[in-house]
Amino acid sequence: MSALDGLRSAFQRDRVWEFLAPEREVLVEGRNNLILYVEDVTVSFDGFKALNALNLYIDRGELRCIIGANGAGKSTMMDVITGKTRPDQGLVYFGQNINLLKLSEPEIASCGVGRKFQKPTVFEFHTVFHNLELAMRGNKRVLPTLFASLNSAQQDRIQDVLEIIGLSELRDAMAGSLSHGQKQWLEIGVLLIQDPQLLLVDEPVAGMTPQETERTAELLTSLAGERSVVVVEHDMEFIRSIAKTVTVLHQGSVLAEGSMNQIQENPQVREVYLGGD
Amino acid sequence: MNIDNRTHRNPLFVPFAQDRWGNSLLLLLLVASVAVAVCNLVVPEGSPLHVPTYVVTLVGKYLAFALLALSVDLIWGYAGILSLGHGAFFALGGYAMGMYLMRQIGDRGVYGNPELPDFMVFLNWQELPWYWYGFDQFWFAALMVLLAPGLLAYVFGWLAFRSRVTGVYLSIITQALTYALLLAFFRNEMGFGGNNGLTDFKDILGFSLQDDGTRVTLFVLSAFALALGYIICRWVTRSKFGRVLVAVRDAENRTRFVGYRVESYKLAVFVLSACIAGIAGALYVPQVGIINPGEFSPLNSIELVIWVAVGGRGTLYGAVVGALLVNYLKTWFTGAFPEVWLFFLGALFVLATMFLPKGIVGILQRKWSKN
Amino acid sequence: MYRLIIALVLGCLLYSGAHAAEDPLGYELGVLAQTKLTKMPAQIDVLVALDDDRVVAVLQAMLDGRLYRRKADDTLFIGEPGEDKSLAITDPLGVTGDSVAPATDFKRIAVNNRMRGQLRLAIAQLNLRSDDEEQRFLAAQELLGDTSPKVIALLEAASRSESSGRVLAVLADARALAALQQDDANLRYRAVEELSGNLQPVVLNALQALVEEDAGGIPLEPDPAVLKRARQAIAGIRQDAEFYSNVETVFFGLSLGSVLLLSAIGLAITFGVMGVINMAHGELIMLGAYTTYVVQLLMPNHLEYSLVVAVPLAFLVSGAVGIAIERGVIRFLYGRPLETLLATFGISLILQQGVRTIFSPLNRSVATPDWLSGALEINPLLSLTYNRLYILVFSLVVFFLLVTLLKKTSLGLQFRAVAQNRAMARAMGIRSAWVDAMTFGLGSGVAGIAGVALSQLTNVGPNLGQAYIIDSFMVVVFGGVGNLWGTLVSAFGLGMANKFIEPVAGAVLAKILVLVFIILFIQRYPRGLFPQQGRSVD
Repeated sequence: MSALDGLRSAFQRDRVWEFLAPEREVLVEGRNNLILYVEDVTVSFDGFKALNALNLYIDRGELRCIIGANGAGKSTMMDVITGKTRPDQGLVYFGQNINLLKLSEPEIASCGVGRKFQKPTVFEFHTVFHNLELAMRGNKRVLPTLFASLNSAQQDRIQDVLEIIGLSELRDAMAGSLSHGQKQWLEIGVLLIQDPQLLLVDEPVAGMTPQETERTAELLTSLAGERSVVVVEHDMEFIRSIAKTVTVLHQGSVLAEGSMNQIQENPQVREVYLGGD
Repeated sequence: MNIDNRTHRNPLFVPFAQDRWGNSLLLLLLVASVAVAVCNLVVPEGSPLHVPTYVVTLVGKYLAFALLALSVDLIWGYAGILSLGHGAFFALGGYAMGMYLMRQIGDRGVYGNPELPDFMVFLNWQELPWYWYGFDQFWFAALMVLLAPGLLAYVFGWLAFRSRVTGVYLSIITQALTYALLLAFFRNEMGFGGNNGLTDFKDILGFSLQDDGTRVTLFVLSAFALALGYIICRWVTRSKFGRVLVAVRDAENRTRFVGYRVESYKLAVFVLSACIAGIAGALYVPQVGIINPGEFSPLNSIELVIWVAVGGRGTLYGAVVGALLVNYLKTWFTGAFPEVWLFFLGALFVLATMFLPKGIVGILQRKWSKN
Repeated sequence: MYRLIIALVLGCLLYSGAHAAEDPLGYELGVLAQTKLTKMPAQIDVLVALDDDRVVAVLQAMLDGRLYRRKADDTLFIGEPGEDKSLAITDPLGVTGDSVAPATDFKRIAVNNRMRGQLRLAIAQLNLRSDDEEQRFLAAQELLGDTSPKVIALLEAASRSESSGRVLAVLADARALAALQQDDANLRYRAVEELSGNLQPVVLNALQALVEEDAGGIPLEPDPAVLKRARQAIAGIRQDAEFYSNVETVFFGLSLGSVLLLSAIGLAITFGVMGVINMAHGELIMLGAYTTYVVQLLMPNHLEYSLVVAVPLAFLVSGAVGIAIERGVIRFLYGRPLETLLATFGISLILQQGVRTIFSPLNRSVATPDWLSGALEINPLLSLTYNRLYILVFSLVVFFLLVTLLKKTSLGLQFRAVAQNRAMARAMGIRSAWVDAMTFGLGSGVAGIAGVALSQLTNVGPNLGQAYIIDSFMVVVFGGVGNLWGTLVSAFGLGMANKFIEPVAGAVLAKILVLVFIILFIQRYPRGLFPQQGRSVD
């Protein structure tokens, strides 16, 4: 019905055509160190509201954990921020003045928003080295890519990241041949080498051994500070080990926000989420 | 895909060891063009070493098909775009060349009209349609061989990739595209000879198409074009651009979130591939002496995909091997058991997709590495 | 009767020349056999004047070129050429029985165009007195527009003894048409009045002849009132004609839509539920059509039931082949849609060549049962052929049966569950492999049914299927994958669009334009008219 709807909305008298409407001002009271500003975002699929007037504010350098039951809207929220899904209404700003809703996925990625998928997705038919090479910051237009070659600074940078994610030994191995945990790490590496200001990390420790989980926790905490990190996770132990602030999503909007202890004490949260324990 | 990580340059010519198969292919093409030229032109007719001209033309035709297969492998094997309408670009290139050859006939046609090709006289047309202007110049026709398919690919690809039409959807609309062109070119009003297409060519750049010398030259040119096409495709696929293509093929969304405009990459490689297909068509037409709307038929386009699948996709040389092999079999079957050919081709489709995911080249490579 | 018996007896005893003397028709036919072409019209008039019931058959045979002269004795026979240059002959006099003779002994009676007109008129004249109401009706229509005094007198006479309403109406029209030629302006005016609103083509021609102008621009009709009324009448008829031609286009559009619906709906099921494109879908339709052909071969004496038998049989045949394809090939390729597409294309080639090898590469003719042939005549400008009408109804019946099947039965519930989430459905104990096979069988079976319907509209040949696969796919995608209602709307929408563009742009260009439109449409709305919404799963 999208075609018909599009046509219909174009002729509604009570609405101003989108391109004629004045740009809305973003007013963020007293918090000018925000890196991500999500306000009043609603997304619906076939009448079902995946996100319902969601508000979320992330500070620079913050490490934020987001929890919520399946279908609470965590992945949809990530989709909206990275440009994969367009919301029905609401505002999403990156920093003070970049309207993410107007940008495409590659543009958002180039702005400095990195995303790790729920299911580890790496380029299976490329080596670990080339996975990182492809993700590295640089001119990503067609012609420069065709004639690109690596200078030594770039090679060093790849080497650094390889060491951070502990895959130096496997630099020439095909990414497809890595174990599940190694793939998770490679994807984090792919994220790191983009040098993003905001990292969106969807279930980073799924399928990892306890040791790997521990290292991931260390890595993520070390990243916070210079970058902002948003982690979506089911593993409560992991969250407890890294979280300062936790946001609980429920049915597409924020149910509670606060420290881990506050959240655990919150009767509403206990009822809908932790209650099952 | 063994690339030297230390230098990180992407050379046009790679050392033999880094592309054994491809370099062997290039060598073979070089040897073949010299040998065929000598065996056809120098060795006397009675000698057992003599290669008759019809064989030269036949193999020349195979080489044009191999170049076409190469263009399909470039987009299917590397970027994951399965075009079922690549025959359209081939045919457009062929028509551009055919129009030049048509104008070369001059007043030697059946009706002896120096201004109009025979079929236009037959249809009682009074003057040359505007889109035939310029085709009496070889350079213009050569430009059109690239531009016509390239432009169509650009417009089509721009629309398709921008709106993220992928997978089977894309395959089918490419098929619809070539089907629409087939219907269009069948119409006499289009001014491309309708049902009969363009034929009865006399000469090219002043050389008679019937001469053995011209035939051999066309053969050598086809071999040369195939070699050049291979080198270019190899260079492209081994560049970072090529790695982005593979990334798009395997994880399109990931590539997007890493910051690449996937649409632009697909579009670029699609246009490049269409231009290569156009060149293949332009080499094909003077050798077989005819171009007609049948080249647009969806069956042709899908058949050439199977050449690539049989040879082994994503390797470039596999496409060449597949095209040569399947076309040789086709010539043999349609001569010996015409009834069986479609059974065989059909079975080839099923077997190649089910049991030969990496094609013949894949099997050979596995054997090689065992030894 | 008495004479006939004598003739029969004599005919048995003597040679054929003898009975000619007793039977006036026999005599006149003998004369006809020896008449030259130029003199024949006069002899035909003589035959008509005989007032003999057997004359109609002779004249009809003459008109159809089935009247033969035996070279040996100049006797006339009605003949039917058979195999090996033989001729099945019938004696028009009914004296000697039917027999078969070598064709070389006979010579066909030739007729020219002028005589054809005369024959047609003569037959109509004779038929006007027939006992069969249908015969009289057709005869009256044949005579419509003939204004010669002889015919008018004939019509006058006929309408006095006529009892059937519809024959009387035609006779009245014919008399009104004749009245247009009267000298009395009042009579002409009344005739025009009577004819206005009449949609017969002859009426329009007659009225147009009335208002025609001579070289000086002066109308042939002298009376201004008649002229004005005639012009009004023409305008009215033209308007009606345009309306009915639009109605006809709508009908053709619906008809094409029903064909598209039938051929696409099976694909909508397989593609919608399983996400694979079965390129052999067109060949499954072809198998259905060939099933009809085979059924008709097996029961040549019960053609009227052949389709009733063919529908379930085609469903089974195509369904079984579909299940074989799914079990044998497709199930190994799930998750690789492009490979599935190629493999099923290979299967389509095999099926095509198989049919070519078994049945020959030529088109086979499938007979149309009586109840499907002919047309529903709504008025002289609009008649809807029964085959298209029935197929339209049939397609809707099939559609609603399928919708009910998918909505109301547990099988349908399982289909939908697997379509939406294969892994989840499997976890809930649905045997997804079984559902896949059934889905594929159902979709293929419906394709077979479509083949039965198509066999009534197009040629049945090995290439039948190829023509439909792209169209079917376009219909499914345009309507929105996984949405049967979308398929319905898109099939009829595209059918209509095609038929409305056709008169303007021509059939081929119309098809191209629709294809281009869909290509552009898919690019703007990749999920079609009625997309299934949902979270995209990565």
